[in-house]
Amino acid sequence: MAGKTLYDKLWDDHVVHDFGDGSALIYIDRHLIHEVTSPQAFEGLKLAGRKPWRLSANLAVPDHNVPTVNREIIEDPISKLQLDTLDSNCKETGITKFDMFDPRQGIVHVMGPEQGASLPGMTIVCGDSHTSTNGALGAFAFGIGTSEVEHALATQTLVLKKAKNMLVRVNGALGKGVTAKDIVLAIIGEIGTAGGTGHTIEFAGDAIEALSMEGRMTICNMSIEAGARVGLVAVDQTTIDYVKGRPYSPIDENWDKAVEYWSSLKSDVDAHFDKVVEIDAATIEPQVTWGTSPEMVVSVTSTVPNPADIQDVVKREGMEKALKYMGLPAGQAISDITLDKVFIGSCTNSRIEDLREAAEVVKGKKIASNISLAMVVPGSGLVKQQAEEEGLDKLFLDAGFEWRDPGCSMCLGMNPDRLSEGERCASTSNRNFEGRQGQGGRTHLVSPAMAAAAAIAGHFVDVRQS
Amino acid sequence: MIAFKTYTGIVAPLDRPNIDTDAIIPKQFLKSIKRTGFGLNLFDDWRYLDSADLVDAKKPRKLNPDFILNQSPYDKATILLARENFGCGSSREHAVWALIDFGFKAVIAPSFADIFYSNSFKNGFLPVKLDEKEIDKLFDEVDVNLGYQVEVNLLQQTVSSDSGDVFKFEIEKNLKERLVKGLDDIGLTLQMSEEIRAYEQARSNSAPWLFS
Repeated sequence: MAGKTLYDKLWDDHVVHDFGDGSALIYIDRHLIHEVTSPQAFEGLKLAGRKPWRLSANLAVPDHNVPTVNREIIEDPISKLQLDTLDSNCKETGITKFDMFDPRQGIVHVMGPEQGASLPGMTIVCGDSHTSTNGALGAFAFGIGTSEVEHALATQTLVLKKAKNMLVRVNGALGKGVTAKDIVLAIIGEIGTAGGTGHTIEFAGDAIEALSMEGRMTICNMSIEAGARVGLVAVDQTTIDYVKGRPYSPIDENWDKAVEYWSSLKSDVDAHFDKVVEIDAATIEPQVTWGTSPEMVVSVTSTVPNPADIQDVVKREGMEKALKYMGLPAGQAISDITLDKVFIGSCTNSRIEDLREAAEVVKGKKIASNISLAMVVPGSGLVKQQAEEEGLDKLFLDAGFEWRDPGCSMCLGMNPDRLSEGERCASTSNRNFEGRQGQGGRTHLVSPAMAAAAAIAGHFVDVRQS
Repeated sequence: MIAFKTYTGIVAPLDRPNIDTDAIIPKQFLKSIKRTGFGLNLFDDWRYLDSADLVDAKKPRKLNPDFILNQSPYDKATILLARENFGCGSSREHAVWALIDFGFKAVIAPSFADIFYSNSFKNGFLPVKLDEKEIDKLFDEVDVNLGYQVEVNLLQQTVSSDSGDVFKFEIEKNLKERLVKGLDDIGLTLQMSEEIRAYEQARSNSAPWLFS
């Protein structure tokens, strides 16, 4: 019999009841909550006269609606209502919540691992598709809808169908100036946004093992953009070193027990994967998306592709629509695309390492005159503090960037940070969908270093040459 | 939960792949704390030529005459036809709520994003997977027959039309049963409370740090 994958192990350890048809009742260890997808769940719970099953499994934080300047006054009344509703729901149920002025507040997927609230081996859910970020710790973590938020609150379980196993192995070493973001964009470019649908993706290989936890989180974060609800990286010493000493991490004899268990959280050598993709890290160049889907991506040295070269009608028409929306001609050099705004932040790229990479690029330079706004939004209050201790804020401010308070910010423009009609943005976020960063806004997804270099040049440049 | 057995209605063709949940219901409309009222802003960026007044939702809007759902008889469509990877992107259940609130009962596509697919069943909304060729056939039929209708029959697992086409679709037994009977998921799980407690007991012995 073949060995087990990491996903198989995590699944087996959380089965409460096997329905015998490929689905099971799965126990949920950690439930993270934010203000957008939870109000209707709390309302449903209350209407049915139910209470949270296990209070201590839950942790809430506001992020999507939180302004990144002057958060004392929230001008949008509907944003305020949603934030107030999270507040009252947590008070009524007794769920722990970090409020907007708590230094631990931040984007939920940054806060979880930072606090040690997300640990290896856990099942972790949140009403947000980027919950996959936590899979970098070797945790079975995935986004859920609001009905499932209510189900998890009421029962501490979810009925799930087991996904298939997919392995993406990135062999060899990355070139200089190439980052985790470029790896994941290249993977999505290769397998497509539905390439991982119905699968859990485990990321492995030398290039993944060499990454820091921050880099691994960037990769698992965007596994949902490859269609996979869950992204995973096996536990190794990097994982254990990261987790140690965090506020919610185990201590003393529980720590020793936990480390022993966590050390088993890797796929067996003879484990069976339903799909395997191999990528040579050395071939990956800095990536830039040109369209309205994350799979519409090329390297910075390349040109905007020509729909006329595509045989498949549906795909060709999709490309034509995307180019029209993006206001780009086929064949234009990526490095000739000029920008209006630059956004460094989001649950994909707002951790300390991301800010260090970007700061290194802008150090001693100024943003180009055509850039109307360049902003850095740290992923949490603690990331912000750390960056300020290292003097990164000064480097950004001197270069002409704005240095903001933590939140989801311009990744999705539910708060005041957004693009206007026709504005073009180099963004370290995860989705370049039509209107995602603001109605009519045009998003190009890149790494923090590439975004920083673009801010200085006013157009895309190959960060390896800047 | 609302049950779904069979339903017959007008099919609206939306000939695009990768229709994401940001397109289905843009983020500026996610701020309601209710499950209803999202239909007004379904496909907002494609459906209207102007931006919504977020404070006064009742303010008249400029409809985009080129958008299919603004054209008769598709403004009364209840079954949506689309291309692959429907519902990709954000986990927002608001996407399903918006489709239902507009009047849709089902969506037919070659494939769906996992979270959207799962969210649909929690709301009595049926996502139907047919293969690419059958989807092509349906798009062709809609193209030549104004007000083309199909019957979606969950019991028989078929999509059929007056012109005699019958397409069989696959669906998991468990999901089908819950939808046909309109079962309350949470109520069903709570019948297994003893098993959940037993799991917690065993797990807190082997992995005590998860319960401290």
